[in-house]
Amino acid sequence: MSTLGIALLVILGVIVLLIFMVIGIYNSLITLRNQVKNAWAQIDVQLKRRHDLIPNLIETVKGYMGHERQTFEAITQARSNAMNATTVAEKGQAEGVLSGMMGRLQVAVEAYPELKANQNFLALQEELTSTENKISYSRQSYNDQVLFYNNKKQVFPSNIIAGMFNFADEVFFEIQDQAEKEVPKVSFS
Amino acid sequence: MWELIKANQRRSVMLFVVMGIILIGLGFVFGMVFDHKHTGGGAITGIIIALLVWFILSLVAVTSGSAIMLSASNAKEVTQDVHPQLFNVVDEMRIAAGMSKMPKVYIINTDAPNAFATGMSPDNAAVAVTAGLLARLNRDELQGVMAHEMSHVINRDVKFMTIAGVMLGSIVIISEIFLRSMIFGGGSGGSRSKDGGGQAQAIIMVIALVFAILAPILAQLLYFSISRKREYLADASAVRLTRYPEGLASALEKISNSNIDMPMANKVTAPMYICNPMKKKGMKMSDLSSTHPPISERIRILRAMAGGAGLANYQSAYSQVKGNASKIIPGGELKKAEDIGIRMGIAFEVKDNKTTARSSNDIMMKVDNYAFINCDCGMKLKVPANYSSNEIMCPRCGTRHEV
Repeated sequence: MSTLGIALLVILGVIVLLIFMVIGIYNSLITLRNQVKNAWAQIDVQLKRRHDLIPNLIETVKGYMGHERQTFEAITQARSNAMNATTVAEKGQAEGVLSGMMGRLQVAVEAYPELKANQNFLALQEELTSTENKISYSRQSYNDQVLFYNNKKQVFPSNIIAGMFNFADEVFFEIQDQAEKEVPKVSFS
Repeated sequence: MWELIKANQRRSVMLFVVMGIILIGLGFVFGMVFDHKHTGGGAITGIIIALLVWFILSLVAVTSGSAIMLSASNAKEVTQDVHPQLFNVVDEMRIAAGMSKMPKVYIINTDAPNAFATGMSPDNAAVAVTAGLLARLNRDELQGVMAHEMSHVINRDVKFMTIAGVMLGSIVIISEIFLRSMIFGGGSGGSRSKDGGGQAQAIIMVIALVFAILAPILAQLLYFSISRKREYLADASAVRLTRYPEGLASALEKISNSNIDMPMANKVTAPMYICNPMKKKGMKMSDLSSTHPPISERIRILRAMAGGAGLANYQSAYSQVKGNASKIIPGGELKKAEDIGIRMGIAFEVKDNKTTARSSNDIMMKVDNYAFINCDCGMKLKVPANYSSNEIMCPRCGTRHEV
């Protein structure tokens, strides 16, 4: 075989290799992006669970906690705000407010011993605690996935392929309400 | 997480290769002993028999290992209404780990606090906890234990332990068969080797005997040292999932404070549990042949975690407590310097022994399908599943209840 033939074969080989590399990177980007979407769907499921639980909760505690009418109204309002939010940032903001209020309600319950003896309420409280946990764990898992995806997008050589096919950065789901991160204060006065 | 699994796999392959060499070596040497004509055919037959034993054991372990483990420990699959909190906690950890399928949940009716997980992959995982564990732990502690167990599945520890366990088992079985055949059939082999005029045969015999005694010990030490490492790794992964080291630490403390033995655990199933279910008095847990690291040390490492709940934080706590630099977390995962905060704990009421015993009993009854009826007088009626009448009278106030 002539040297030209060999050179052509080598070039052809390199091109085939490159094509396979591009396909591989493209596929892994797609997989990662799907995992981000999947994780977001998980958060949505849990947020919806919380929205469904709230009316039930208020119905149960209303009879015991007559003085907390304002809290209930605020929670109902925050719930409908959260349900109407659409973008990731808006949701983060609205759900953050709701989380903070739920935390305050949990603290307020401490003042009603007869409520804590109610079996119905205890079961509901377990569901609520679990839902709050699930929301924060699904957020944690979503942010992990976003981190993986964004990292992959930014490093060489996958950044070239990401640029070629217009892969957009994904947004972290941050809780906006600072109060939620703080420790709820309980006063015994 | 993925890098962690990959690094684990690399380590496992090394172990499998070493164990495989021991296994094949055993077959070879034992075959030689029975090969009186020195044709070399005996050695090959020996290797084939060794591989056959290994293959059959693997087949059984892979296809039904999980089922065997669960039935050997008397675990019963339960539905959500038996213990809603347990299901919630498992679901929370499933979400945190990004698993797509909910593991099956089993309860073991015993007062000894313990737990284990099975499943070769996250899609067919199962977790089992004892009634005693559920009764003693609060929500955060239970979460820590479940996170540890599910980490075993996600890190593919169950898969690894099954494969390594089968190899270990094969080595033990083959050595045992050889030693026994030497005791019972050794005479004929010996006499014939004399006619064959083999001092060589005698030497092979000695080598084989030494091998038969040493190989299982060597394989076990190897197996146990890796098993202990994986326990630490599962602790680290659990904290990364829950973001709350104190939960697991105080759960381990409660588990180690109990000295009830699990009658359904044995030598084979013991490595699967979160803590060694067979606590023999006077045995030091830190010795080379134990499958689990000493609990007190695990607790100290968890409590030394400061500044974050990431894998790197666990590693530095580990080095600090152990005073050496041996690596628990593979390097690639450490470089990723994650900034993961520790979450706040929730205050729980402390349960006294009487309440614990009572709730442990209640859980066992629920697992056995007892019906629970709350009478208005405050009495709680517990009706067994095989109660024949459809009405029951409260022994205190005489009210009649439908069953």
